[in-house]
Amino acid sequence: MAVALLALIPLAYVATYTVIIGPVEIWELVARPRIVELLRNTVTLAAACMAATVVLGLALALLVERTDLPGRRLWHGLLVAPLAVPAFVNGYAWVSIDRSINGFSGAFLVITLSYYPLVYLPAAAALRGLDPALEEVSWALGHSRWRTLGRVVLPQLRPALLGGALLVGLHLLAEFGALALLRFPTFTTAIYDQYGSTFNGSAATAMAGVLVMLCLLLLLADLRLRGHRHYARIGQGAARDASRTPLGALRWPLVAAVAALLVLALGVPTYALVRWLAVGTSTEFPLDELATAALTTVALAAAGAVATTLAAIPVVWLAVRHRSRVSTLVERSAYVANALPGIVVGLALVVASLKVVPVIYQTSLLLVIAYAILFLPRALVSVRAGLEQAPVVLDHVAHSLGVGPVRTAQRVTLPLIASGLGAGTALVFLAISTELTATLMLSPIGTHTLATEFWSASSELRYGAAAPYALLLVLISIPATVLLMRHERITP
Amino acid sequence: MTSLPRRLLAVAATTALLAPLSACGVFSSPDLVIYNAQHEELLDEIVPLFEEQSGLDVELRSGKDLEMANQIVEEGKDSPADVFLTENSPAMSIVDNAGLFAPAPAAALENIPADYVPGSKNWVGFLGRSTVVMYNTDNLDESELPASILEFAEPEWEGRVGFSPTGADFQAIVSAVLELEGEDATRAWLEGLKTNGVILQNNLVVMQSADAGEIDAGIAYHYYWYRDREESGTDSDSSALYFFADQDPGAFLSVSGAGILASSENQEAAEEFVGWLTGTEAQQAMAESYALEYPLNPDVSLNPEVKPFDELEPPTVDIASLNGPQVTDLMTEAGLL
Repeated sequence: MAVALLALIPLAYVATYTVIIGPVEIWELVARPRIVELLRNTVTLAAACMAATVVLGLALALLVERTDLPGRRLWHGLLVAPLAVPAFVNGYAWVSIDRSINGFSGAFLVITLSYYPLVYLPAAAALRGLDPALEEVSWALGHSRWRTLGRVVLPQLRPALLGGALLVGLHLLAEFGALALLRFPTFTTAIYDQYGSTFNGSAATAMAGVLVMLCLLLLLADLRLRGHRHYARIGQGAARDASRTPLGALRWPLVAAVAALLVLALGVPTYALVRWLAVGTSTEFPLDELATAALTTVALAAAGAVATTLAAIPVVWLAVRHRSRVSTLVERSAYVANALPGIVVGLALVVASLKVVPVIYQTSLLLVIAYAILFLPRALVSVRAGLEQAPVVLDHVAHSLGVGPVRTAQRVTLPLIASGLGAGTALVFLAISTELTATLMLSPIGTHTLATEFWSASSELRYGAAAPYALLLVLISIPATVLLMRHERITP
Repeated sequence: MTSLPRRLLAVAATTALLAPLSACGVFSSPDLVIYNAQHEELLDEIVPLFEEQSGLDVELRSGKDLEMANQIVEEGKDSPADVFLTENSPAMSIVDNAGLFAPAPAAALENIPADYVPGSKNWVGFLGRSTVVMYNTDNLDESELPASILEFAEPEWEGRVGFSPTGADFQAIVSAVLELEGEDATRAWLEGLKTNGVILQNNLVVMQSADAGEIDAGIAYHYYWYRDREESGTDSDSSALYFFADQDPGAFLSVSGAGILASSENQEAAEEFVGWLTGTEAQQAMAESYALEYPLNPDVSLNPEVKPFDELEPPTVDIASLNGPQVTDLMTEAGLL
């Protein structure tokens, strides 16, 4: 319950301030040209990127899973790899190579290249999990492969595609670094500018309010579109691969197309990093600061990940083992809070901590709390998956053998859900190490993480100085990405 | 089986890792805490000189002008800050108006001319920065530049003039326009800039964009260009500086301020620092540093490569009157923030 309350602080903050400011002034703050401009920018970019990532992600997933494309295993690994490159590092790569890449087209390009794995990965996993028998029945009924794709396969991919698109949308609403570098203002970049000028001005709060509405709209649209269809089936079906569509003459052109995409998504950031490292080593390679920033990042991410996972355990426990209206509400509220971008959580915690517990303002503790609020759902999903697979009957057996609840947890349940805990912790670790806006707002003054150091260098166009930080960020992200690939599940 | 102890171990290890982060605040208390919104490199360069001389241990916390000013106001009497240093004066006014400054030390008031001290005498200026236009010499001849900064709002400058509205630097320039020209003129000027101007991330980007010819002219402060000339020159190869004259608002000289928090428990050390900062030795060190901002102590002058201080023709502005909050309101209204 306490966890849920904590998670609701940001939402409460936005709501409270909206009430305090009053409807008249809020209307004045919202109904002005700047908001209209930001709304247009944010919505068009989100719509375009969601559409592009779905098309790209689906096409790639079909190619890799359902055709005889040569070298599929290799392609699969490479296609997921952009997840290890934070979008702002990608934005930096493009803009530092050619400054004319900016505005809508630049943002569209960079965001699509960075985010398409969010659709590709669940789509590929869903395709692999489908029972090939359904498709074979369709063929047997005389339907062509295309018709089968449209009538049988695609409908079953709906949850994966919608989920992926939702992730792209939510990530985009929160994206700060890449869009600021590419000079495409959205609500998140504008709130940050406002905050730097006026701290907790009512204009920033009004913008946060609109941003929250956008997030909630997206979540609602997702719920609606998902509808009430059922996709599950009982039993695993025959464990065999679906038959692959031969590509024929298109084989090599398609290989070239996939390779070209990877050059854009992976080659450009790699080239930019290597190039700037080569240039940068001569001018700046402060080992001391790099080490401090790396250590700070790892320490904060580790503390945040452990705290978040620990907070997730009781919530999941309640939701799975003691299902009730209240426990479901508690779990859901954590997800709602996750719809808020780091910037809003940061803004809320600045105010809440100053008003309620000024002692923790500007301490690492507050930052860890912010991370827990932001990334709780990632931990929830993983821990939940683990606990649901841990049969409750084993607990009962332990009890009946006279083992107390604490010892049962220690000797039976925890070992069973350990891998879920590990996955959750790793996911949160990955998210925290690349978090930018909340960290910029809440970190104790003088604390530098890899992301904030990278940000301060790249926003002053010191590309060479930014490169080592970007490289370290990518290196830190690789293990968690590999883990993700193995689990083949992305969490919202 | 071992997972619980292992996790406890992880928690312990994390705590151990985190300890150094909080160590500076918890285990050793410095003699002086400075909230610094001036360029971080400059203070990193001169503070060790002060530490060596005074034997005091100084902790520097860096941030941005208005953010830190508002933070000090929020922190109120509990603020850990002893001294507040800014890039521009509107942030000083925010703290002064909240009644949080102690009177400036007598030594500092002797060092700095009265023009750069507010009426309240609660803080002092210590460095000056002149507003300039950086223009691309291939695209533009100096004679084509306007006599007043207000003219950049005219349609003929559409897509040609760049500036960085989110920084405290530009906001200080707006505050000077507001003080000199009044609210309506400032509003019209900002609206013109919003329509015409190219919004850039910060002054360095303004300079690079002017140099690359992406914009014809950019509004910034003088030292960015001079610093680049001194270092590599790669960002100022094809650009030159244009100083407004005749007390135009565009010739505004912005002042970096230093003030002592009334809530500070280290008044003596704080006074010593601010006195030292405005004295000839520190001012000389800053003049010789990479910073290239104008020292405000009249006994010290800047490197001769930079346009001499007494050749500037800044407008007369009461530095205490510069209103940060009203400026950000007007800029918000104009859609720049």
